[in-house]
Amino acid sequence: MQLYATELMGAETYDDQGNFVGRVREFFIEPADQPNRVACFLLSRGRFQPLIARHDQVAIVGPGTMRLNCSERALALYQPNEGWLAVRKDLLDQQIIDTKGRKVVRVNDVDLTEIRSNGNVELRLTHVDVGLPGAVRRLLQGVVSPSMVRKLQRKLPQRTIRWEFVNLIEPDPLRRVKLRITHEKLEDLHPADLAEMMESLSPAERQGIIASLDEETAGSVLAELDQRLTTQIVEKMDPEKAADILEEMEPDAAADLLAELPKETSEELLDEMPGQEAEDVRELLAFDPSTAGGMMNTDFVFIGETATREEVLEWMRTQDLNFDQLDTVVLLDTAAQFSGIVTVAKLLLSAPEQELFGLKLEPLLSVRAGADESDVFELFDKYNLRTLTVVDEHQRPIGTIAVDDVVSRLVAK
Amino acid sequence: MNWQSISKNVDGLRNRGTDLQKRIRGLRRRLTLLLAVVGPGLITSNVDNDAGGISVYTQAGAQYGYALLWSLIPMTIALYVTEEMCARMGVVTGKGLSDLIREEFGFRSTFFVMVTGFFVDLANVVAEFAGIAAAMQIFHVSKYISVPVAAVLVWVLVLRGTYRQVEVIFLAACVLYLSYVVSAIFAKPDWLEAARHTAIPSLHFNAGYLVMLTGLVGTTIAPWQFFYLQAGFVEKKVSVRQYPQARADVLIGSISCMVIVFFIIVCTAATLYASGQRNITDAAEAAKALVPLAGKWAGTLFAFGLLNASLFAASILPLSTAHVICEGLGFEAGIDNKFSEAPIFYWLYTILIAAGAGIVLLPNAPLWKILIFSQVGNGIWLPVVVIFILLLVNRRDLMGEYVNTLTFNIVAWVTAIAMIALTLVLTYTAIFPGSVPAPP
Repeated sequence: MQLYATELMGAETYDDQGNFVGRVREFFIEPADQPNRVACFLLSRGRFQPLIARHDQVAIVGPGTMRLNCSERALALYQPNEGWLAVRKDLLDQQIIDTKGRKVVRVNDVDLTEIRSNGNVELRLTHVDVGLPGAVRRLLQGVVSPSMVRKLQRKLPQRTIRWEFVNLIEPDPLRRVKLRITHEKLEDLHPADLAEMMESLSPAERQGIIASLDEETAGSVLAELDQRLTTQIVEKMDPEKAADILEEMEPDAAADLLAELPKETSEELLDEMPGQEAEDVRELLAFDPSTAGGMMNTDFVFIGETATREEVLEWMRTQDLNFDQLDTVVLLDTAAQFSGIVTVAKLLLSAPEQELFGLKLEPLLSVRAGADESDVFELFDKYNLRTLTVVDEHQRPIGTIAVDDVVSRLVAK
Repeated sequence: MNWQSISKNVDGLRNRGTDLQKRIRGLRRRLTLLLAVVGPGLITSNVDNDAGGISVYTQAGAQYGYALLWSLIPMTIALYVTEEMCARMGVVTGKGLSDLIREEFGFRSTFFVMVTGFFVDLANVVAEFAGIAAAMQIFHVSKYISVPVAAVLVWVLVLRGTYRQVEVIFLAACVLYLSYVVSAIFAKPDWLEAARHTAIPSLHFNAGYLVMLTGLVGTTIAPWQFFYLQAGFVEKKVSVRQYPQARADVLIGSISCMVIVFFIIVCTAATLYASGQRNITDAAEAAKALVPLAGKWAGTLFAFGLLNASLFAASILPLSTAHVICEGLGFEAGIDNKFSEAPIFYWLYTILIAAGAGIVLLPNAPLWKILIFSQVGNGIWLPVVVIFILLLVNRRDLMGEYVNTLTFNIVAWVTAIAMIALTLVLTYTAIFPGSVPAPP
């Protein structure tokens, strides 16, 4: 049978002799033991110290009443335990992340289901209620009879989330460990979705989530997040951890982030980063953010123009490249100057012995690092570009601007 | 004078120059920091001077001249103390007031606060649209034109705008309050007398005077503003590090609000009170009466001020109410969402505007009763909200080191109790108008 947390709160509890023991004020889950089983109930007895009824001491449970299978003397006195998840205090009315619906929602009620085994019943948490039925139950509980409440809420549209898809938000790292809250489920979400959800949380909660994600995910989320929030988060973070995250980010995203921080903080973080990555980011930081140099990414693939398709593919296989972003390669002539670009699609479809300079994309476009961002936007618009190569004063390619950088700049305006 | 002393002088001047430059640079940096945060405090406090408020200030000036000006200083303090607590909660917890009430006091308390809030705010919205109608009637525009146009204008503004754009428009509206300053200058008041009454309290223990005093406090500090203020700082993502700037914003807001009240009272005191037209009941009437006394411009600006204030409040109140209700009950909210993403938020917003404007347009609308209801509603709702605020701001688990200090708590509780007592008196006199003798 199904039960709701609201119906259990305040339930009158009797022992095996039928004597009144107390009222249920709270119940707990022990995530270290079972992720969804109600492990024990807190029974308040007015001015006496509250008691704890373990799950194996409960014989019958229903809306508004509970019966134990032992005497009152068998119950232990209540001792607060940080490792217990309190349903009323930690769950009801709090925000959680619905990892399936990719939303931050507020819990109205909790759905439980009973499982009977020899002589006792266990309650398992199945769903959290975030819709109207839960709200109605909360509002009317204790005002009208439980059966009446059930009748009233039956016709309302359901909105529940399965417990497996619920991700709790706990800003305190110690408590997070004790409650076994991991954010593995969040790591499977798209960073952009995660970033959007984080915007509706409080600063402490955001900090907690970023801290518990792996560095790569944390980096992608930071890159997607509102600039003001990113700086707030990074400034409050342990510098070592922040440097680890920055290291995982694309150099241009890392540079954008560091540019917003106070000088001392960004210097400190750069010092924490390993040499090569820090060097890349430092170079980018030297450019004015509103120029082509400030928009570009220094992570790009460049190849001599006389290489053949076969050689290039062979070489690329052996490299550790970020293929999510790779749709063009930049060609260099013998003087290491910019010669043109080749799209990966064209590369794939060409004959094995084809030399790359025959595949160059027309027209040959590049932009100087000092060019204003508006010139870059114009080029992208006019030629329908997906990538644009940035060159230094000697016509040597130093980075590329991808269309997504342009889009996010334009949206931010 | 020898070379050495000259060069010493030059050096001194140069040092002073660089020192000044440094100071200007520091000032500029601080100003930029402040500008990034400024908004919620300034807007909230200025919206307090809405249609109902301006009517009360007008009456205060017309009936008692400068005699009530002294109350503005304690009122500034009360406004600042209460608003500052909300600003602090907003920046420290990053959560709105209704979020916090929900998380700490449960669903049922939140629900009742929200439902009361809805009806009280609706009554307030009606009052704002009535203010628009009255102001436009002075410019010879029928209310059947002005009110629907205003309603659509307000609705579109929020639906089409982003938070940032809307805030800029609201800040511009704050500047337009200065029309009252100009209006007051046209009225040629006795500035010395006004200053004297501001600095030196003059308590009269006659019932009419006390009721007017209560009315001033009751209309200036409205419960919904706390929700709006806190949500403003949260939505702007102001962090704890920017708390000093947030506090400055609230302080500037409280003072500028009271400065405008000062000029409204001075304007009416110098004209209506001085010429014996003391039974003025609302702002539109005052604007008309000003024309023969202080010139056409004074009257026009006074009416324009009323229009601006009503329009301003009519756009913020529905927005704030819809926001608060959705936040507390767990629906998507915020104008950065699309209609389909936050349907309940936009529906509430639309209903508040449509109903508010619609009631004003009813031929025999009991406007007077609705105005009383809005005042009574504010009076009943205020104690509840203020007590919630005080309980929350003293929670160490929420506020950490930012809980109220003992001194601040004493000031805050005294303010709260005084405010509650005064609004209860106001509520009583609003329900039983016969209990108050007519002004002299």
